[in-house]
Amino acid sequence: MGIRFILMVNKQGQTRLAQYYEYLTLEERRTLEGEIVRKCLARNEQQCSFVEHRTYKIVYRRYASLFFLVGVDNEENELAILEFIHLLVETMDRHFGNVCELDIMFHLEKAHFMLEEMVMNGCIVETSKNNILAPIQLMDKAS
Amino acid sequence: MSGTGGPSLMDSLFQRTLDDLIKGIRLHLPGPAQSTFISKSLDEIRREITSTDLHTKSTALQKLTYLHSLHHFDISFAAFHAVELTSSPSFLHKKTGYLAASLSFRPSTDVLLLLTNQLRKDLSSTNQHEVSLALECLSVICTLDLARDLTPDIFNLLMSSKIFVRKKAVACLLKVFSQYPDAVRVCFKRLVENLETVGGAGDNGTMLAATVGVFCELARKEPRAYLPLAPEFYKILVESRNNWVLIKVLKIFAQLGRLEPRLAKKVVEPICELMKRSEAKSLVFECVRTVVSSFYEYEFAVKLAVEKIREFLLDSDLNLRYLGLQGLLLVAPHHLWAVVENKEVVIKSLSDVDRNIKLEALRLVMSMVCDDNVVEICRVLVGYALKSDPEFCNEILRSMLSTCSKNVYEIIIDFDWYVSLLGEMARIPHCQNGEEIEYQLIDIGMRVKDVRPELVRVGRDLLIDPALLGNPFIHRILSAAAWVSGEYVKFSRNPFEIMEALLQPRTNLLPPSIRSVYIHSAFKVLSFCLHSYLSFEKGASSSPPNFVDIEPGFTYSESEQEFTETDQATSSSALHKRDTFTQESIANVLTLVITSLTPLAESHDVEIQERVRNVLGLARLAQQEISCHNDQKEKMVDKADLKTSIIIRLINDALSEDFGPISFSAQERVPVPDGLVLEENLSKLDSICADVQLPISESFSLVKPIFLPADGDSISNQQNEEESETSAAESTSLLAEHRKRHGLFYLPSDHSKDASSSFPPANDPKQRDNDVDDLVKLTEESLVLKRKPNLSRPRPVVVKLDEGDRLPIAVKKTDENDDLISGAVRDVLLGNEASSHSNNLSGRRKGKSHSKDKVENSETGSSSKRRSKHRNHGKNVEENENGEKGKQKSGGKHKSRRRADGGVDVAVEKPVIPDFLL
Repeated sequence: MGIRFILMVNKQGQTRLAQYYEYLTLEERRTLEGEIVRKCLARNEQQCSFVEHRTYKIVYRRYASLFFLVGVDNEENELAILEFIHLLVETMDRHFGNVCELDIMFHLEKAHFMLEEMVMNGCIVETSKNNILAPIQLMDKAS
Repeated sequence: MSGTGGPSLMDSLFQRTLDDLIKGIRLHLPGPAQSTFISKSLDEIRREITSTDLHTKSTALQKLTYLHSLHHFDISFAAFHAVELTSSPSFLHKKTGYLAASLSFRPSTDVLLLLTNQLRKDLSSTNQHEVSLALECLSVICTLDLARDLTPDIFNLLMSSKIFVRKKAVACLLKVFSQYPDAVRVCFKRLVENLETVGGAGDNGTMLAATVGVFCELARKEPRAYLPLAPEFYKILVESRNNWVLIKVLKIFAQLGRLEPRLAKKVVEPICELMKRSEAKSLVFECVRTVVSSFYEYEFAVKLAVEKIREFLLDSDLNLRYLGLQGLLLVAPHHLWAVVENKEVVIKSLSDVDRNIKLEALRLVMSMVCDDNVVEICRVLVGYALKSDPEFCNEILRSMLSTCSKNVYEIIIDFDWYVSLLGEMARIPHCQNGEEIEYQLIDIGMRVKDVRPELVRVGRDLLIDPALLGNPFIHRILSAAAWVSGEYVKFSRNPFEIMEALLQPRTNLLPPSIRSVYIHSAFKVLSFCLHSYLSFEKGASSSPPNFVDIEPGFTYSESEQEFTETDQATSSSALHKRDTFTQESIANVLTLVITSLTPLAESHDVEIQERVRNVLGLARLAQQEISCHNDQKEKMVDKADLKTSIIIRLINDALSEDFGPISFSAQERVPVPDGLVLEENLSKLDSICADVQLPISESFSLVKPIFLPADGDSISNQQNEEESETSAAESTSLLAEHRKRHGLFYLPSDHSKDASSSFPPANDPKQRDNDVDDLVKLTEESLVLKRKPNLSRPRPVVVKLDEGDRLPIAVKKTDENDDLISGAVRDVLLGNEASSHSNNLSGRRKGKSHSKDKVENSETGSSSKRRSKHRNHGKNVEENENGEKGKQKSGGKHKSRRRADGGVDVAVEKPVIPDFLL
């Protein structure tokens, strides 16, 4: 599986979205998130976006107050994942209009919905913003 | 609002929404206030979720999902309600239900099976969004049962006219396959068809991305099965313009190219084309990675890749620099010149602000190390270690230690230098690698005899520095230093100095286990001093003393010849020695020992207590002796014959017994001889021990009693001496020496006559008579001398064991499921699906037993695969035959597997690679 998990974490290290593509117990998730947050948030702008952790690596990027962290297998292409993060942010921007932490908090379901359109089983299946957002827009119209 | 009764109308009317909950959580500060709020909300939710009103239930579940996902609350109690919501007619409720299920269900969730019907219903729904919800949920929570039951439904979706649904069905397959490999037999053909419809009508870019993604993951686990699809992948490689897809296809070719050189030849050109013309750095880097890791035999491709790597290295973007270093690391094993070419950048990166970049640079530097430059590189690295932060400093030390000790110190030529480097490392302020340094100091001491004088010097320098005792991280190193100083004290320039260091007051900072090593080393030093003193006194009356002569029955080692030099150096002049071991100095040492150790005789730590008592016993005995000599000086001439002298000599001999490295399996290799009755031996041993008159030597009875048989002691000693004189020149006698000393541990399996009825005494002269060839064979089995001792060669002898000196590396086994999948894939691709369509339980059993074949196969084949894939592939048919044999061997046990075997038979006969590409 290419992508193992996607996390969105704020500056204080609080998780704002967590999507795992392999089963981890709650305890494992808690530890993992703690470790990763400690490792990545301590890094500054002058450091690169890739961190090795346990048996995989984390590709992350900071947008305003939000960190997007993606755990991937070692073989995965780091730059492609960075592009994926950027695509995710752009997609969210287009939907929420300049996405911020609160948008994701209060619209967690929608955020997951978008992710599900983009990634399945750890594979990126959709990279067109229009396609990603189409179902959500339909849903918004209906309700 | 009390109790846990059912939900009231009030609850529904005034239910808090998710927004309310989030706001509430934000209002309360993290800590007790927040947790009280949350647990209060949880109580409400527990009531709300049982509501019959779906809207109330749905909101409650939304809140639970939020708490579960972001605050890690266990919401397994709501699993049933999630299932309930998925069957709601409202899409929004259904969505909430599926999301909760996919986020919180675990494989053991008991209501999972209740979801089967609903999933089936939604998978065949006419509303594509409902199908999509079901597929997404299934791709996360899929279990064996779900996969088995729903495979037909997914199979139908694989040909759906709606790309929106089809691509998700394809992506979902990966999970289904991994849970239920037999699904491959059903669905694989359609999966391949999806790959082939490139350039057809509709939005195929998306479709292709999903399909290639699935193949990339599948191929990563067992690439061989996908070789027949190479033409399809090749087509994508040259035609696609989608970078995501290209990256995945490159990954597939990286795997396939290793297996099939002809394929590599074909694809390397288009890959280079991509590398040259692409603007996307991600794609360029993927090309680079593919070339340097799989197609490194193509000079022009590697040159181009290294050029690109250099561009990355010089880029201002940190991420690219990091990846450039990673690329170099991948090139290094086959094309070290690329690293050397970029040496400056690498070294400069060692002082980068980013720890990750520093680490990569360090790995690269280590990859450049060879026996020519190890001294220089280590010097540079120690410099970096000194000025780095603690974490990185230790990372540097760790890499140096592991690189230098690789393959039993393969790259080290100058051990004196290396040992002093180890000593230097110990003094680096942040050093936390005590354990490894400890291991290596002792290990080198045992393996490399020539380095012992330097080792003792390094140990001494560490021991006499009282400041080091204050740093708990290097206590382990000090322990090693104490041990070598005691063990090899004969090389010391000043044993008294070592004694003082071992007994200095600050040793009370050491933990008991290490302190007892100190005390035991003090014991060795004391015994050495006394022995030397007595021997020189004796020797003074007769011929000038030769250091080796004064220790009858003891010869240093196989490399006796080499030692004549060092011995002369150590005992630099007999005069000097005699000056050192005067009666006064000995008396001083004894006083020092007794005064500093007496308080410890009551130590609470038994280990310390016991060792202290040993030392004190020896010291007091010697003190009596010496003071009595004071009174009657004239009788001193016969001192060597006195009882105490004998004791001291025996102790010293016992302590001088040489240790060598012992193989992990040494004990297992000692066969139990036919006629051996353990009790009998022990009773003999008893009688031997009973004859030993000297009580003190009992503490060393492990080795020594064998040296002290009441009968024939002197004879055997004489023989020893004679023999060692006559045969010392022959190199084979070195082996004989070893055989003699380690005979107990290194019995050859084909040599049971040696081990017939009793333990061979460690220096039984009879063993000398053994056939030389036998000895050679024996040593080949247990010990490999790096090369024959030869003074003209610069590198000293390093004793090396045949197998791993440390823990053996576990053989990595492939996942059973992966084998099942690839087995099924092979069957399908080779047109065998007709015989293997089975979607029922018996099919499952067949799959299982099939996997056993695969495991057998992989045990024989795949261990070597990784290293020599190209060659292996040439012998593809042969290998398959091997697999066949393995199968037939165990065939009797699993009758149900016959059909599956038939499938593989076909694979053997057919050429696996279509010649299309060539």
